[in-house]
Amino acid sequence: MDLILDGIIKALHLLVSLDREVLGITLLSLAVSGSATFVSLFLGISTGMAVALTEFPGRRFVVSLINTGMGLPPVVVGLFVSILLWRNGPFGFLEILYTPAAIVIAQAIIATPIVMGISLAAFQHLPKNLRLQILALGATRRQMLWILMKEAKLPLLAAVMAGFGGVISEVGASIMVGGNIKGYTRVLTTATVMETGKGNFDVAIALSVILMLLAFAINAFLTWIQQRQRPR
Amino acid sequence: MQIKKTHRLTLCALIMALVLLPGMTTALHAAPKQQNIILATTTSTQDSGLLDVLLPLFEKKTGYFVKTIAVGSGQAMTMGKKGEADVLLVHSPAAEKTFIAEGNGINRRLVMHNDFIIVGPPGDPAGIKATRSSTAAFQKIAQAQALFISRGDNSGTHAKEKAIWKAAGINPETQKWFQQTGLGMGQTLNVAAEKKGYTLADRGTYLALKKNLGLDILNAGDALLLNIYSVIQVHPTKFKKINAEGAQAFSDFMVAPETQKIIGSFRVDKFGSPLFFPDAGKSEDALGK
Repeated sequence: MDLILDGIIKALHLLVSLDREVLGITLLSLAVSGSATFVSLFLGISTGMAVALTEFPGRRFVVSLINTGMGLPPVVVGLFVSILLWRNGPFGFLEILYTPAAIVIAQAIIATPIVMGISLAAFQHLPKNLRLQILALGATRRQMLWILMKEAKLPLLAAVMAGFGGVISEVGASIMVGGNIKGYTRVLTTATVMETGKGNFDVAIALSVILMLLAFAINAFLTWIQQRQRPR
Repeated sequence: MQIKKTHRLTLCALIMALVLLPGMTTALHAAPKQQNIILATTTSTQDSGLLDVLLPLFEKKTGYFVKTIAVGSGQAMTMGKKGEADVLLVHSPAAEKTFIAEGNGINRRLVMHNDFIIVGPPGDPAGIKATRSSTAAFQKIAQAQALFISRGDNSGTHAKEKAIWKAAGINPETQKWFQQTGLGMGQTLNVAAEKKGYTLADRGTYLALKKNLGLDILNAGDALLLNIYSVIQVHPTKFKKINAEGAQAFSDFMVAPETQKIIGSFRVDKFGSPLFFPDAGKSEDALGK
């Protein structure tokens, strides 16, 4: 119990004193997972919408694939992204393994199916006639899609939160493709693993507390947008 | 209402920018090409904090940026075999010699040594404290069928452990009292502590974790328990894209007299004795005597 208390005190200390290394790690976590979530929103919402609103053969199969992807294990993603990005691998010429960009790619791959699956369900849940009604009122196609997105605002923001939550907390892929390099690719989760290995449990707990505070702050903000003015 | 809406949009854009910008800038400001050295190393050099002391000095001196990938010695050499690392800092002498013999690396140089220790619960259920050698201790553990926690991850420590089992004439792999974690040294020590088992550890990691463990050193000092760290440059012409100059510079740095002095005095203030003994230029056979 003392250990946890020590950790929390340490976390407060690190936060109040604005420890430069911890601040750097926290900002990098935020930047990397934020960018990955942002990328996943484009890919996830557009594809989710396309699959939800169209009919094509094998559609159920595609939906099952997307839903399976929501549980994509981060270590598996990390392994395959590493192999692809190796110096001597197919994308070795990019020379981005062990850089923050590599973590963004891996995390975007993890977050995209999550966002896609939830937005797919969100758009499918909208009343079927809504589209016809909007079009009948003279909206262009683009306007119609915009209105549908607004209608599905609640679940779509839930998709953002789930996507972000999935990547900010993941460690397997980040450590494999980022390498946990000090001052460069060390994020909150990989630093926590390393400090645990070093036996610095107080620092590890402090980093966990910071991670949870960060996740709470982001989700509180998104929830505020989500719940601000309840439709209807 | 309209004004409010624009405000809201600006706010959103601002937050997006705040979130995204640092990521973009760090990605763009990646150190320039050929200035990067990938160092594949064993976890103990990182977990002991030694690299945190040495690398900033090296980077300041040479202008290279070292990307340290801390894995087991076995995995570090696999990375070298594939040309995915430029230089290795490892502690698995037999495997290192094979690595060089197979033409994967050059210029293996001794950097430092410390020793492995056999740790276990203070009660010592197998009674290994009275034994002289590491092999006798392992035999006692097997006889008593006392729980032994193995790394099981092809690391340098795991290779050493297997060598001791072999020397003791025991094949523990199928035994019930023998469990493999597949984890790093720190985590394996924690598992051993929780389950009150024995394990083989490097002294550095054990000392760093000691305060929370409740495990005692029960056997040490045997010549077989010597733990030797070497620096190896990955073969510069076997693979494209190897930063051969950077690897050479790092290897030279590790054996330079100033660096060796720092290694010898590392953490002496904290533990009262050195964690690593500098060995540059010595012959391997002369160590531990």
